[in-house]
Amino acid sequence: MFPKGTKRKFSDSREEPVAGGEDVNQSSLAAVRMLSSYSLQRQSLLDMSLIKLQLCHMLVEPNLCRSVLIANTVRQIQEEMTQDGTWQIMTQALSAANAAAQCSADRLVATEVLCRQTEAAQGEQVPKPFPVVGSEGCPAEEVLEEEEAAAAEVGMTMSTVSPQAPTSYLPGTFGMDPCWEEEETGEDDDDDEEEDSEECGSGSEGEERERDSLVEDTRTAEQVFGTFEIKNPAPSPDPALEELFSDVDASYYDLDTVLTGMQSVPKMGPYDLLESLSSHGPSPLSSSTSCRSDLNELDHIMEIIVGS
Amino acid sequence: VSNGYLFVQEQTLRFLPLFHILISGKGLIMTKSAQLAPTLLSQMDEEIDTRKINNSFLRDHNYATEADIISTVEFNPTGELLATGDKGGRVVVFQREQESKNQPHRRGEYNVYSTFQSHEPEFDYLKSLEIEEKINKIRWLPQQNAAYFLLSTNDKTVKLWKISERDKRPEGYNLKDEEGRIRDPATITALRVPVLQPMDLMVEATPRRVFSNAHTYHINSISVSNDYETYMSTDDLRINLWNLEITNQSFNIVDIKPANMEELTEVITAAEFHPNQCNTFIYSSSKGSIRLCDMRASALCDNHSKFFEEPEDPSNRSFFSEIISSISDVKFSHSGRYLMTRDYLTVKVWDLNMESKPLETYQVHDYLRSKLCSLYENDCIFDKFECVWNGSDSVIMTGSYNNFFRMFDRNTKRDVTLEASRENSKPRAILKPRKVCVGGKRRKDEISVDSLDFSKKILHTAWHPSENIIAVAATNNLYIFQDKVN
Repeated sequence: MFPKGTKRKFSDSREEPVAGGEDVNQSSLAAVRMLSSYSLQRQSLLDMSLIKLQLCHMLVEPNLCRSVLIANTVRQIQEEMTQDGTWQIMTQALSAANAAAQCSADRLVATEVLCRQTEAAQGEQVPKPFPVVGSEGCPAEEVLEEEEAAAAEVGMTMSTVSPQAPTSYLPGTFGMDPCWEEEETGEDDDDDEEEDSEECGSGSEGEERERDSLVEDTRTAEQVFGTFEIKNPAPSPDPALEELFSDVDASYYDLDTVLTGMQSVPKMGPYDLLESLSSHGPSPLSSSTSCRSDLNELDHIMEIIVGS
Repeated sequence: VSNGYLFVQEQTLRFLPLFHILISGKGLIMTKSAQLAPTLLSQMDEEIDTRKINNSFLRDHNYATEADIISTVEFNPTGELLATGDKGGRVVVFQREQESKNQPHRRGEYNVYSTFQSHEPEFDYLKSLEIEEKINKIRWLPQQNAAYFLLSTNDKTVKLWKISERDKRPEGYNLKDEEGRIRDPATITALRVPVLQPMDLMVEATPRRVFSNAHTYHINSISVSNDYETYMSTDDLRINLWNLEITNQSFNIVDIKPANMEELTEVITAAEFHPNQCNTFIYSSSKGSIRLCDMRASALCDNHSKFFEEPEDPSNRSFFSEIISSISDVKFSHSGRYLMTRDYLTVKVWDLNMESKPLETYQVHDYLRSKLCSLYENDCIFDKFECVWNGSDSVIMTGSYNNFFRMFDRNTKRDVTLEASRENSKPRAILKPRKVCVGGKRRKDEISVDSLDFSKKILHTAWHPSENIIAVAATNNLYIFQDKVN
């Protein structure tokens, strides 16, 4: 059981934490060392990298060089995992879990995420980074409950199990998202991109859950670098997308239209993921998708409108 | 390396309505600087897009502090001027104090000469993304008349600024009075010729050219050609060649964007023209390679003339190998015979005639090699350190963490670590060499690796073109050090 308020910090096996002094949960570290140290380190590195890629959707355009380097690292890990067979296990477990839980598209990460990790026979926990449309209100309590349930099961391993309905979180664009709040109560909201990724990145180590994602390589890379291109809004005859947007708050659209002068539905950048959604089969956008960062974005956009 | 470095002065830039200079213990200089006060305000030409939105709330409450973070430092070709750019889009130009016989010890001190807002934050409505006003690079043009010219760039737009002095003004107009009000023609009874009268020195900065809309990605470098007519601007995937006079077109000379962005694995990190050959330039990549191109060979220089890359050391291979091999800065030597590259842990000097491996490799902070995972976690591994040559190409300098910076003497192979911090810098004090203790017992003056402050990083430094005067930017403070003169 993880005591609240402490973060489990990823540390190299033979070094001390860098200046900053985060708490290390001793018991879990010992357990971690019991398992294959290398593959776990590799797994953690993968987690970290995926989180970093997801946090690209800031107000300012992300650094392309950094994104490319992280994506290359992820690719490298993936290649290595493919070679020693771990990759196959993961993808199989992934599709199995997906079929069971009936929540494929919901588990889509902002599609920058290459893969999800799982240990052996364990299922997936969910939080998917999903910067999204829709301001239905954040069922933070629901999310927290599930997280807690998951955390309770954690024990010594890195991944957690939850066959339940998907919960989700948003990378904290302007602050920590609700999932993290439970663990990191002292974190400040900070618009600084670096700090955000740092916080969320280190927060991810504290969390025992794994990120969920379901995309192939190609789509991932495209999504990562997609924000740098202006794409033509894709026509969406796909009924799945209609369902998706049925949840969307109309007032948000108005702001969006006013701001960008674009009538098209998907706002570029954070919403590139919608393109991947369409290819992964229809599935209603879970109303439990957190929208905390959405609300923050809304506030900022409102200020822009009002300020001008 | 030298006899030792003296702390000369520290200038702290503060985001206050009145430009405020803090110089330790130099009350006299403060007064003098107030007289020379940068009175300028830039006069924007009509062609400049003055569309502004109130951006102050797009940032958090730390805006004031963050805006002062220095993002580039550059001496002009004579060393008389020193320009700094900051995250808030401002440029501050310092001028070297004239040598005077009465006060010989004041040689080497720089005072504020001009301050202006070079770039404003912008909003890209099409992508719904902000364009930061942070000045990424400043490059001076060689001086051709009484005015000074520099190029400054943010992520998307390059601007040519003219900095000129005005110490006379015409007085005695016929049609308007001294305050500029139009005179009633009926009151004019005689004609006079306006004469130039001396006035208080005023330094004005005016934007002369704006080179925009040529870069989809973020500009990381600008470099002026030896022909002084053209310059190139480099973003992550493309390099464009401009004529300094022409703002509505530029030529693309390098394009490494793949047809399918999914296949993108390498970006351009820096580029520079050869100091003596206007047709030659180099660019570095995120994979640790440098390509030298000759513009005479073809219009599009996608094919390199030379390719510099060091084979990877298999014993040091890790998941971070590629990231730490990414080159953050590349600089030709003044002679043009060598080039220097900075990657995360080392500085390397290459001979232009040897592509297979560098001539010299210097370890900047190898003690971080075991900490790469933590540095990846907190994003420090992506920090882009710059490197500089001294005037004679015998010493190279680069920054590190904890406000340390390092100098390597290529001839004697000696190196030194110095610190740029207020506590350790008293006027005229000699900088004490610092040492990082890697393991085992820590000696009294040493600092252990774990105590290093990774938020205090020295990314930008500059070396006077001919003298041993260096400028070191530590967050929002600028330190100027000079070689001790006996």
